[in-house]
Amino acid sequence: MGKVIVVTSGKGGVGKTTSTAALGAALAQNGAKVVVVDFDVGLRNLDLVMGAERRVVYDLVNVIQGEAKLTQALIRDKRVETLFLLPASQTRDKDNLTPEGVEKVITALKNAFDWVICDSPAGIERGATLAMRHADVAIVVTNPEVSSVRDSDRIIGLLDSKTLKAENGETMEKHLLLTRYDSARAERGDMLKVDDVLEILSIPLLGIIPESMDVLRASNVGSPVTLADGRSAPAIAYFEAARRLNGEALPVVIPGDKRGLFGKLFGRRAA
Amino acid sequence: MNDVLTQPRPIRLKGRSFLALALSPEMPVDDWLVQLDNLAARSAGFFLRKPIVLDLSSLDIGQDELRDLVAKLATRKVRIMGIEGAKASLLAPDLPPALTDGKGTSDVEITAVEESSAPAAANPAPTVSAPSRSSSSLIVSQPVRSGQSLHHAEGDVTIVGSVASGSEVVAGGSIHVYGALRGRAMAGTMGNSTARIFCRKLEAELIAIDGFYLTAEDLEPSLRGKAVQIWLEGETIKVAAVI
Repeated sequence: MGKVIVVTSGKGGVGKTTSTAALGAALAQNGAKVVVVDFDVGLRNLDLVMGAERRVVYDLVNVIQGEAKLTQALIRDKRVETLFLLPASQTRDKDNLTPEGVEKVITALKNAFDWVICDSPAGIERGATLAMRHADVAIVVTNPEVSSVRDSDRIIGLLDSKTLKAENGETMEKHLLLTRYDSARAERGDMLKVDDVLEILSIPLLGIIPESMDVLRASNVGSPVTLADGRSAPAIAYFEAARRLNGEALPVVIPGDKRGLFGKLFGRRAA
Repeated sequence: MNDVLTQPRPIRLKGRSFLALALSPEMPVDDWLVQLDNLAARSAGFFLRKPIVLDLSSLDIGQDELRDLVAKLATRKVRIMGIEGAKASLLAPDLPPALTDGKGTSDVEITAVEESSAPAAANPAPTVSAPSRSSSSLIVSQPVRSGQSLHHAEGDVTIVGSVASGSEVVAGGSIHVYGALRGRAMAGTMGNSTARIFCRKLEAELIAIDGFYLTAEDLEPSLRGKAVQIWLEGETIKVAAVI
């Protein structure tokens, strides 16, 4: 039985799709069977970042409406054998997702894969709540800016009230992924610092992805950043985040802090 | 034409209790409205979508004046769901309904002299004043998130965590926040002027005790980010650092 992860955020443009692709590829490179699911029906983008936009024939909506079998819609990645993509529809909208259909697809994927990573649409509307409903683990993607943090706080509230886990009286495992972090700007006060974000959101930190041109370059050539250049700073940060998802207790290093030089290894875990 | 009801379906009527905010206007009403406007200007949207009850018990007002007051409140987007403490003669079908806890209010107060059917009345022993409804306290061990609203009509609320900006905590008793208070906290909403608010880090958008408010701008800047307690002295809210 696989684990279902929802990658979510309140605000758009914070790096959900990039993070979904990068984490999916990182997990799959270690041999795990991974499927990344694009829930952003109407604005599909995950296929672009995965470099599979020309191979999309059937999509999530086709599967939910019974027009295609799940196996027909799954696209195998050309670089990593155990990585699959379930694309979203570009032409239909979120109203085509039904709660029963989503449940059926997620259950089927859960039985076939080790990791099911769902790229949620931003916000608190139907598409986002459907994407998070069946998740076991949530990754809340946040930029170090006030509006993004505020919206993430709202999303965490929804994760604690509008999901199956919450309705069953359980608590959902939640992780914070801080993206586009620039330590120089945080130091100058142009951005929130890591501690401030953690203090406001108070969920465990999964990783800090440094602001880098490598991310943009990788997206534009249609490759998850962890596949495009495995030695770039953001790729390393995603690899480490993937290891933490696997249960490893790896300390989070704030980008910009010289590792080893000052011996500043922060083991950051908020309550 | 007489329709025959083929499916006699019962209508669902359920008892439910809601926590409503009560507004008590003061004479002269026009001055009071100016004060209300000031409050509303400082916390935009405060009255939006909230059930508001108009408490007229301390107001001597005529029907036309009342109609005028309700209309003026409506232009401020304050929608009155009911009127409390008004004489029966004051209310008309076009005015909000009376809320009387099921008891009738009449123009003339008649102190009912009950026959000795109640044996307790014959023996005025020094009993505990009204079997005080067990003031239950609520403990929340999670942060209150933006967009959430926590209502606890009776007793204290203790929050082990922070109250996020954009959220609100409403309690009949005191509010204790073992974290940062960034949202709104309203203590003593059921008329408890001895209620207090305690927090480890004051960054509130609005605080209120027994209906008296302070907004973020009114708070002493030197107390921001400090551990404070907030209480009511007469009609002024006092804020002071603790420890």
